[in-house]
Amino acid sequence: MLYALSTCQWCHKTKVLLEELGIAFDYDYVDLLEGKEQDAALDEIERWNRSGSFPTLVIDNKRAIVGFREQEIREAFAA
Amino acid sequence: MNVPEITEMAIDAAYRTLKADAEKNGYRLNPDGDFVKNLIRGLLKNEQRYGYRACPCRLASGKKDEDLDIVCPCDYRDTDIEEYGACYCALYVNEAISTGKQKVAPIPERRPPRSERGKTRVVKIVSTTATPVFPLPVWRCKVCGYLCAREQPPGICPICKATKERFERFV
Ligand code: SF4
Repeated sequence: MLYALSTCQWCHKTKVLLEELGIAFDYDYVDLLEGKEQDAALDEIERWNRSGSFPTLVIDNKRAIVGFREQEIREAFAA
Repeated sequence: MNVPEITEMAIDAAYRTLKADAEKNGYRLNPDGDFVKNLIRGLLKNEQRYGYRACPCRLASGKKDEDLDIVCPCDYRDTDIEEYGACYCALYVNEAISTGKQKVAPIPERRPPRSERGKTRVVKIVSTTATPVFPLPVWRCKVCGYLCAREQPPGICPICKATKERFERFV
């Protein structure tokens, strides 16, 4: 699950990388959510990433990669 | 919803202004033109949505007084450029990056998390000497650190053009 902002370029790069790697993923543009939905997304992000920053990539509900860490993302999906 | 498209023309115009202002004041934009233009599209989008240019890489609340620290240029820009060579979004970069000698890398978020915002602001300075009494208050621009002693902060920071509400009482 990728939590992103529609205006953020690091988020954009992350999304492009995941697509390039051919990974099936869901994503939310949290800035386009409203009210309760947005709050719920933020609560979920903060469970994985205390600073609540974007992009936050949650992999299989097990771990999270915060920011466009290209190498780390590639390695996480290399197996 | 009928929101006007942000045109390439508007982005180009904003780009030229930002670049000229940056260079005049000793800042540099990221040399990757497309990356920068996408960020500017985000800034203009936020201006349209919220009424001010909130940082494209952070979630704005839509309440200006809660978002003042992330109105571009944000309060964190200079410290991040100093420490990581670029601001959080990598819109502004240092000289090494602007000349292609160093690469931009993602930067950790410096803005306090939601639950801590607005709390950690006041740093108490403990001094053993008596605080000198100044005839005027001293104001500090939170964006660039400019200081001035006058009754009220200036309407616009003469150095970085930040608006009056970005000033804090310093002494
Ligand atoms: S200076 Fe950089 S990090 Fe700060 S608001 Fe502007 S684009 Fe975002």
